[in-house]
Amino acid sequence: MQDADDILKQLQQRFGDTGLQQQQRKDDILTVWLPKEQLIPVTQWLKAAVDKPYKLLYDVCGIDERDRMGNGYLPLKDFTVVYHLFSFERNDFICLKVALEGEYPSLPSITSLYKNANWYEREVYDMFGIRFEGHPHLQRILMPLTWPGHPLRKEHPARATESGPFRLFTEYEDREQNALEFKPEEWGMQRQTDDADFMFLNIGPQHPGTHGVLRIVLQLDGEDIVDAVPEIGFHHRGAEKMGERQSWHTYIPYTDRVDYLGGVMNNLAYLLAVEKLAGIEVPDRVKVIRVMLCELFRISSHLVWFGTFAQDVGQLSPVFYMFTDREKVFDIIEAVCGGRMHPNWFRIGGVAQDLPNGWDGLVRHFVNYFPKRIREYTNMVLRNSLFKGRTKGIGIYTLEEAIEWGVTGAGLRACGFEWDFRKKRPYSGYEMFDFDIPIAQNGDCYDRAIVRVEEMRQSLRIVEQCLNNMPEGSYKADHPLTTPPIKKHTMKDIETLITHFLNVSWGPVIPAGEAMSCIEATKGANSYYLTSDGNTSPYRVRIRTPSFPHMQMVPYISKGYTVADLLSILGSVDFVLADIDR
Amino acid sequence: MTLLAFDWLYLVEKLVLIAVIISASLLIAMYATYFERKVAAWMQDRIGPDRAGPFGILQPLADGGKLFFKEEIIPNAANKWLFILGPCMAMLTAMMTSAVIPWGSKIDLGGREIALQIADVNIGMLYIFGVVSFGVYGIMIGGWSSNNKFSLMAALRGASQVISYELAMGLSLIALLMLTGSLSLKTIVEQQMSHGNLWNIAYQPLGFFIFFVCALAECNRAPFDLPEAESELNMGYHQEYSSMKLGFYLFAEYINMFISSAIMATLFFGGYDVPFLDESTLNPNIAALIGIAALLAKTFFFIFVFMWIRWTLPRFRYDQLMDIGWKKLIPLALVNMVITAVVVLLRQG
Repeated sequence: MQDADDILKQLQQRFGDTGLQQQQRKDDILTVWLPKEQLIPVTQWLKAAVDKPYKLLYDVCGIDERDRMGNGYLPLKDFTVVYHLFSFERNDFICLKVALEGEYPSLPSITSLYKNANWYEREVYDMFGIRFEGHPHLQRILMPLTWPGHPLRKEHPARATESGPFRLFTEYEDREQNALEFKPEEWGMQRQTDDADFMFLNIGPQHPGTHGVLRIVLQLDGEDIVDAVPEIGFHHRGAEKMGERQSWHTYIPYTDRVDYLGGVMNNLAYLLAVEKLAGIEVPDRVKVIRVMLCELFRISSHLVWFGTFAQDVGQLSPVFYMFTDREKVFDIIEAVCGGRMHPNWFRIGGVAQDLPNGWDGLVRHFVNYFPKRIREYTNMVLRNSLFKGRTKGIGIYTLEEAIEWGVTGAGLRACGFEWDFRKKRPYSGYEMFDFDIPIAQNGDCYDRAIVRVEEMRQSLRIVEQCLNNMPEGSYKADHPLTTPPIKKHTMKDIETLITHFLNVSWGPVIPAGEAMSCIEATKGANSYYLTSDGNTSPYRVRIRTPSFPHMQMVPYISKGYTVADLLSILGSVDFVLADIDR
Repeated sequence: MTLLAFDWLYLVEKLVLIAVIISASLLIAMYATYFERKVAAWMQDRIGPDRAGPFGILQPLADGGKLFFKEEIIPNAANKWLFILGPCMAMLTAMMTSAVIPWGSKIDLGGREIALQIADVNIGMLYIFGVVSFGVYGIMIGGWSSNNKFSLMAALRGASQVISYELAMGLSLIALLMLTGSLSLKTIVEQQMSHGNLWNIAYQPLGFFIFFVCALAECNRAPFDLPEAESELNMGYHQEYSSMKLGFYLFAEYINMFISSAIMATLFFGGYDVPFLDESTLNPNIAALIGIAALLAKTFFFIFVFMWIRWTLPRFRYDQLMDIGWKKLIPLALVNMVITAVVVLLRQG
């Protein structure tokens, strides 16, 4: 906090305190309102000039403020663009907000300062129609190019039933088809040079190497990649828009499906933010149960990555062994949660049920069984010289580049930077556990693989500690906003019965405010930035996913390599399409 | 009069032999697909096909039937004639190689001796090389005429791969030829069978290794399966094919694998020779049957090794593949050739 006050003072000294207003949030992140003219100088200063600079552009999102209840304190009442910057030296976020006025407002682009701002700004444009002046290629990114309207604006319908029946006319189909045609000139690419004709090759949207519906247009000189343009959005389901009409409680299952390999880890990211807003402090047992399940899911997610990565470089068998082991993880998950990939099991202020009888036997069996398997896989895949030949020295980026492009998670640790949000900004009781942060030095595909494999071992250590030290106590916080609400006094007095009835039927009313969580998810830093205007559903849900900036970096790290290397790179980046598109 | 003087029975005999060998290769190729799926399943802790017939042994028939009834699609942008020619070439060359392989010594039918080889030509090995290098046309034409970028890349990869590896393969065999002094496969087998001689693998271990690696590459089998690299180029050169044309490509691959295994067994592992058994003391028909069984057993072993490798190793990258071909295998084959030449010279005194 001292640090935050300090930086605010410095900011006000430099840029005058007339335009700069501080806003209080529920999560202690320093939030400053800026006039849009000051955006570039302030970010420039924060990135480069200030002592312990904010090197990472963590997230950019927009908010349509026009329907917000009690928005009187806002400087301007139409739109807000929110920038979250992060400083590794300070281990702190800063939030910059730019208020905008008008139906389709505009503000300066910061793409010249942060490389990863490019896609974030495109997304804000796509979702709100806010224009960024000076952006190199401001085009829709998640929605189809032909989409009418901007989905996250409040006037845009949220459900299919709010608009007429869908008919696919021939002209409409043709228009959609034509919109998908790739025009290299739009991306500043040449079709040929003096000594080479380039081939443009669509990898995807249906391709076994892309792990889902992702299209990458490659500019090829023979087999060498000259440039690449990823096209995302095929998996876009409007998870953020859905949040605005689900109750705080009923949104939990939707979070499961964002990083669909991470399972309850998504619940955790969402709930940490909700609990900050509601001011709920959960009991220790809840924390440990949550940590245990999250780490089990980390293992299961890494197993999927490991198997498919080996398959991407042509080793066809390991994926079967790893999926078999993943089943063993799912046996535990299933016994505990009843679900497998989408357990939807964490609740506001707790978890859905207590752990079942015999859970410890299952977990202990797995803890004893798994280390031998990791050793075997390491020998089978990581020590295979062909595998090394395909992954070493491929897709290299340095630490500076990683931060510049917003890389988090294993990709960052593979550059030799010991940064793990579980250790550095502990949440849900991670400070109680003993584990290491695995790192590697070269930042290539092979190192990213090593880091993830070592992470599985560390996760297993954490699971073992959970097993041995599971605290007694309640699986729910004793707080009025805990959902489903606590029932013990309902049959004794009418007031509690009424509150209970309302909280069950409407869902809890979370007090107005803003909060952001930040967790080390399976693929990197995952955040939910929630805005409440004191209603039964969020006013705005912003999901910051790690795969989005990682995918944005793919063209940069695959230039100059061959098509086969692209598959190694995609495999090593470990993305999930739903995590990119939401 | 010349027509009468011609040994008509000889013609019948050869035609029957051709029919038998072709159907046998097809059958074996069919069951190689089944076997491949079973091997993969065993290696991956799965069961594999087990629905069609007991242990799933009718699976190849079901697969074949399915391929026949699939819709034939010829893409609009494809060159129709070349598109059809591609799989035909692949199949044709795959079937032709088997002509010079001696499947056994000979059998005796009512006093008539029948050699178990379609053609004992004295350039047997050159014939094989000729036909095998012809095989790449199937990939080239198919991939190019599909008018698909993935297919085109696969075709180019296939062509350069076959050319590079054929060199090393040829060089590895030259060393063998110095020892045998003959290009006829029959002679090579008989030399290995004769007294005091070991199988060629004992004299040419390095040569065999090079030949084996090149055979993997020539058959487009993993880790050299770049022309059909599933995770990069989808299905490679036969991406646009459907129905039995696709079947031809897939089938040709298995026939090629069978024939290369048979050639390896013939050249380096004594062909139809059974070790520690003097065939001349046996009834010639029984000896021939034992010989065929021995050759097939060796062949199946190699087929299994091919599959084992495929389900174990990752794939090479294109440039790595070229590096291995040109910078490793060819120098190695040259060294092998020089050493063999020196030894042969010294032994001749």
